[in-house]
Amino acid sequence: MSEIIQLDRPLPVGSEGKRAGGWWGLLALIVTEGALFGYLLFSYFYLVSQTQQHWPPQGLPQLGIASLNTAILLASSVFVWAGERCIRRRQLQWSLASMAVAILLGAGFVMIQFREWGHKHYDMTANLYDSLYFTITGFHLLHVAVGLVILLLLLLWTALGYFDDRRYAAVTIGGVYWHFVDVVWLFVFTTLYLTPYLF
Amino acid sequence: MTDSADSPLIRVPEMGCAPLGSDAEIRLAGLWETEPGWRGWLSTVDHKTIGLRYLATAFIFLLLGGIEALIMRLQLAQPDQTLLTPEQYNQLFTMHGVTMIFLYALPVLSGFSNYLWPLMLGSRDMAFPRLNALSYWLFLFAGLFLYASFPLGQAPDGGWFNYVPLTGRLYDTGPNIDVYALGMVLLGISTTVGSINFIVTLFRLRAPGMSIDRVPILVWGTLTASVANVFAVPVVSLAFFMLWLDRQFGTHFFDVVNGGKPMLWQHLFWMFGHPWVYVVVLPAMGIVSDALPTFCRRPLVGYAPVALSTMATMLLGFGVWVHHMFATGLPTLALSFFGATSMVISIPSAVAVFAWIATIWLGRPVFNTPFLFFAGFVLLFVIGGLSGVMTAAVPLDFQLNETYFIVAHLHYVLLGINVFPVVGGIYYWFPKFFGRMMNETLGKWSFWVMFIGFNAGFFPMHIAGLLGMPRRIYTYAPNMGWNTVNLITSAGSFVFALGLLLFLINVLVSLRRGAPATENPWQASTLEWAVPSPPPAYNFAVIPVVASRHPLWEDWLDEGAGRSSLETGYLLMEGRETLGTTPLDARPDVILKMPEDSYAPFFLGLFSSLIFAGLLLHAWDFAGLMIMASGLSLIAWLWPSKALVQRVPAVKPDKGVAHV
Repeated sequence: MSEIIQLDRPLPVGSEGKRAGGWWGLLALIVTEGALFGYLLFSYFYLVSQTQQHWPPQGLPQLGIASLNTAILLASSVFVWAGERCIRRRQLQWSLASMAVAILLGAGFVMIQFREWGHKHYDMTANLYDSLYFTITGFHLLHVAVGLVILLLLLLWTALGYFDDRRYAAVTIGGVYWHFVDVVWLFVFTTLYLTPYLF
Repeated sequence: MTDSADSPLIRVPEMGCAPLGSDAEIRLAGLWETEPGWRGWLSTVDHKTIGLRYLATAFIFLLLGGIEALIMRLQLAQPDQTLLTPEQYNQLFTMHGVTMIFLYALPVLSGFSNYLWPLMLGSRDMAFPRLNALSYWLFLFAGLFLYASFPLGQAPDGGWFNYVPLTGRLYDTGPNIDVYALGMVLLGISTTVGSINFIVTLFRLRAPGMSIDRVPILVWGTLTASVANVFAVPVVSLAFFMLWLDRQFGTHFFDVVNGGKPMLWQHLFWMFGHPWVYVVVLPAMGIVSDALPTFCRRPLVGYAPVALSTMATMLLGFGVWVHHMFATGLPTLALSFFGATSMVISIPSAVAVFAWIATIWLGRPVFNTPFLFFAGFVLLFVIGGLSGVMTAAVPLDFQLNETYFIVAHLHYVLLGINVFPVVGGIYYWFPKFFGRMMNETLGKWSFWVMFIGFNAGFFPMHIAGLLGMPRRIYTYAPNMGWNTVNLITSAGSFVFALGLLLFLINVLVSLRRGAPATENPWQASTLEWAVPSPPPAYNFAVIPVVASRHPLWEDWLDEGAGRSSLETGYLLMEGRETLGTTPLDARPDVILKMPEDSYAPFFLGLFSSLIFAGLLLHAWDFAGLMIMASGLSLIAWLWPSKALVQRVPAVKPDKGVAHV
């Protein structure tokens, strides 16, 4: 590795896209948060594999509302992605609109999830399954709530004219956090709603 | 891109020299120095200050944990002693373990790495200076949190691995375990953000030319430990959080009566716990790999094998956790697999040991204090490693499990591989930290007293274990045949403590009266020795350009790889700036704007610690309020700033209106 390094090239200054420290930091955060959810789901599968209880105790989960909610959350990710793309193409108005739609969809997911909780006549102390169900979905809902605050801040900052096509690292970084929260939901949904049908 | 070369968004970084006292150097000092007084004290983000705080705080915890150990050794010196009640003894051995493993062993290494990384890598600070400050404050507050209930006699008392159901609400009714559970989640945040900081710093902030095969081994060690933390810390935080839910809200994760499984706790704890063992030793092994060659007057033998074995150890370290659970009735197949992995892990460890021995063998050793500590470490590592291989054998472990043999093994490993390199490392880098040399005579005394005391204290524990003495008993009957070994152990532990005391006296005396140190008193090879002792606030007046693994030994080694440029390099002085480089080849990639000193880390650390205090005291409204306060602190912190060029500058250069 003794090749000459060119030292007099012009270099970007400050938080430029994926060169920004924050981008790298967020990737590391995603790894550790992903691990956290991995261990949550490990705990679920471990206890399922060891339990002598009827599982799930209240019968197979209803798929309707949860599937709809999955679609809503995935759609919100598309709008976040579009919002970032619009900034890159200097279409700030469209970006704001797209981000606002994403936030509405995310808020819709939270409301439907609360309804889903309300439909259960038990809480997390009723039995082992409910402890797991409410803890896992609760952890995810907390991440959605944090993600919504981030999206709201991005909307505000874009509206204040902080970003244009040259500097918008915060939108990239905040956006990928939201995508991460959505991908986690796919794992949570598969674990809690689909796998009980398999065994 | 329409930006001209002098726009605020892109520019050619200027090269030059900035010798001490030049205009450029004075300007740099003005940019980077922290405000004096309490404001600077609370707001500083200087990695050197934070590193020293980590070291000092960790040593205070080492002293606390040591005093706890000495009290226990007084109790165990003779049979049927009544110095301590059983409950007091439980709290002492638990707090001793918690303190040493969580509040001393990793934080002290984080202290070294925080101080040394930017200096070794040729950077002006860590990748996230404010996150670095937050990581320290959270560590401090978590330590205070874990100790707060100790004076009230309500400290954690279920052992450091805190097995359920003993630690469930049914059997442990006080706040003891809740303090431990919440404190560990809080400390986990500190560890995680610190680890992320190290990872990003390694990949982004090396001096140009310092390709990935030219970084010091300490960097490899801390990087490996940090990556492991990112994967391992969430599992213990989750386990403690679930235990807290079980205890406070009646969930059933570990509740045997309602289908919960105590074995889940053991799996979760040791999936974290075993990687953690390597987390607290690999950076210390890195200290030796970097500092030992200096005293052998030659480069480390086998740089690449040692770097690779560091990572291999960690990788295998994630697959050995069940060897803590051999006696729990798991299927034989699982035991065989985990027993085999535990034995295989001795191969990468042996690679490192042979590399150190070969370095001493082929070098011309200088027998001064740091060398003694590093050579002593190699011996203790071999003894601790051997007893580790013994307990990796399932049938032998059935016999030795939960006896003093295990206590002996883990102390040889943790003190041998952590404390000895750490003390040696302090002797080695003290001149860099404070600009003064430590006293050599007192240093040699401290080594021999520590080394003899350590072996006298801990070797007989092997024998106590083989004689069947269980760990964690508060006393024993006189006719068990354990009297002599325990008396020797107790005497040895006090000798060891005396040696450590000599070391601390040496630190205090040398701080005031030590001989002034030059910038490179040991004639070492790495970049931290190229800057003055102690280093200025900006570290490097110019960002150096690195051409080899041993920038300061190039003339002597003459490896033919060109010469590093240390006097001339990037000036980067339009505000706090440093250079970002590409992850593997370290080519210049971006001019990074570094943050000013900030109160945000202190307040975020304080408020988030108060959340946990609120949760512990069931003050839900207060906890909610503190969550809001933490959120606001975080938003203020992350608000896009013009100084860091996170948002677009006010005047657009492509409009052509600016004539300044």
